[in-house]
Amino acid sequence: MGPFKIHSAGDAAVVVELPEAIDPEINAWCVALSRTLTTNLGTIARDVVIGYCSVTVFFDPIGVDAQWLEAEIAECAATTDVSTVIGGGAVEVPVCYGGDGGPDLADVAAFAGCSEAEAIALHASREYRVYLVGFVPGFAYMAEVDPRIAAPRRSSPRTSVPAGSVAIAGGQTGVYPSVTPGGWNIIGRTPLKPFDAARAEPFLFKPGDRVRFRRLDECECGRA
Amino acid sequence: MTRGLSVVRPGMLTTVQDLGRWGFQASGVPVAGPMDEYSHRLANRLVGNLPSAAALEITLIGPELLAHGEVTCAVAGATFELTVGGSSVPMHVPFTLHAGDRLKFGARRAGARAALAVKGGFDVPAVFGSRSTSLISAMGPFDGRALKAGDLLPIAPVTTIVSSGSASVASVPLPLPAGGATVRVIPGPQLSFFTPQAYDTLFTSRYLITPHSNRMGYRLAGPALQHAGRADILSDATPLGTLQVPASGQPILLMADRQTTGGYPKIGVVIGADLPLAGQLAPGDWIEFAPCTRQTAVEALRRRQQWLGGQR
Repeated sequence: MGPFKIHSAGDAAVVVELPEAIDPEINAWCVALSRTLTTNLGTIARDVVIGYCSVTVFFDPIGVDAQWLEAEIAECAATTDVSTVIGGGAVEVPVCYGGDGGPDLADVAAFAGCSEAEAIALHASREYRVYLVGFVPGFAYMAEVDPRIAAPRRSSPRTSVPAGSVAIAGGQTGVYPSVTPGGWNIIGRTPLKPFDAARAEPFLFKPGDRVRFRRLDECECGRA
Repeated sequence: MTRGLSVVRPGMLTTVQDLGRWGFQASGVPVAGPMDEYSHRLANRLVGNLPSAAALEITLIGPELLAHGEVTCAVAGATFELTVGGSSVPMHVPFTLHAGDRLKFGARRAGARAALAVKGGFDVPAVFGSRSTSLISAMGPFDGRALKAGDLLPIAPVTTIVSSGSASVASVPLPLPAGGATVRVIPGPQLSFFTPQAYDTLFTSRYLITPHSNRMGYRLAGPALQHAGRADILSDATPLGTLQVPASGQPILLMADRQTTGGYPKIGVVIGADLPLAGQLAPGDWIEFAPCTRQTAVEALRRRQQWLGGQR
């Protein structure tokens, strides 16, 4: 585990940064630190946000002394132990791959130099870690996608991506929770809702969760 | 609705805002809230509300509102000509509407956004603990959209009196920009992603707020800010006032409705005391940046608090 650094991000946020990498152990440390800070700081932290390899604490600079806060954070960080982290939950995402819901599957297969069926298998055969949630409510950044199908972001983003779209951009994969513009490669659609304000647990994914995608057959997709 | 305001004409972009939707950024939920939090607090103070009361944010072209029952109001922020039944009413002073009165926002003389507070606050549904409107997420009252003609804004019964003599409060209106403004910036956090020349350029250049600017952020046009290496980072949190710089070198100033995370390097963050001023800028205005330390930034925020009469 590399050394952490603490920086101010303006006058109302402090960032703890680890060496930049998409690394499960680094992210697990961030999850552990985030939980410790949330518990120890209580309402002093207005928000605690995890990034791939960072934790940002938001606070009110009138009520809270920034240097005191940084010292508290440093103390928590120095004693953060990844082994204390209880692993995240397991989430299964059923997917209708290809067809109208997966307009970019052919491009991803072409990128990989394989058939669409093989590309699907490569996506569905891995367990992904949720590293952070951001962009829109409930959008989970998951990694790492098999390098063979890790097609880069599209050069022209779509102005509107349907909710439930399952997509790939480089080593990342994710599910669009709502209709938004988007530049990722859309390979399928899930009936799951990553964000549902009316649900008891509104957000389906959180950092540290382990995600698997399960291919639905033609019948289940209503295409048979 | 026994007491409240109804929307006759909505204006260009009028939304309900309180102090923002805090506590859910880790799930990708934007904070939203007012672009000029100072004027929001001032308007609430003038009518004797807590700062957290829901008020309206009015943008560029203001609304026409009809009073149902007796409603005490105050408007703070951008200078608008205000009339009630043809008679003018002043900004930054509480006034009372009687049932059937129409409050009209006329010509705008300075600034871009105003806050309209009503005594008691707007009693609209809270979503995830806040009455702020996040247009990008469609979260907030009225399904997270801007107000339309016909919308009803009920007012809560007054149960919390902060100060009865609100007209005697010595509150200072926010000084408004005239064509543009200089705001102070704390450099970083991605200091090493930029060349020293980039910081020189940032602090000696004038940028234009382009038409591609809104509550999410302002896209600026001006001298390019040079990256030391690559122009992307692994996504992390994006505080209010962040200046992020994509490969083009043209900075983007993130504002109230910004997304919670981003993958562009951050050259600096505008200080809290100057964010309300930034919130009073509109496309076509200029913006310049000056370096600032965190200590100076906090002192400036404390002075602003004194202008508001010490209420937090």
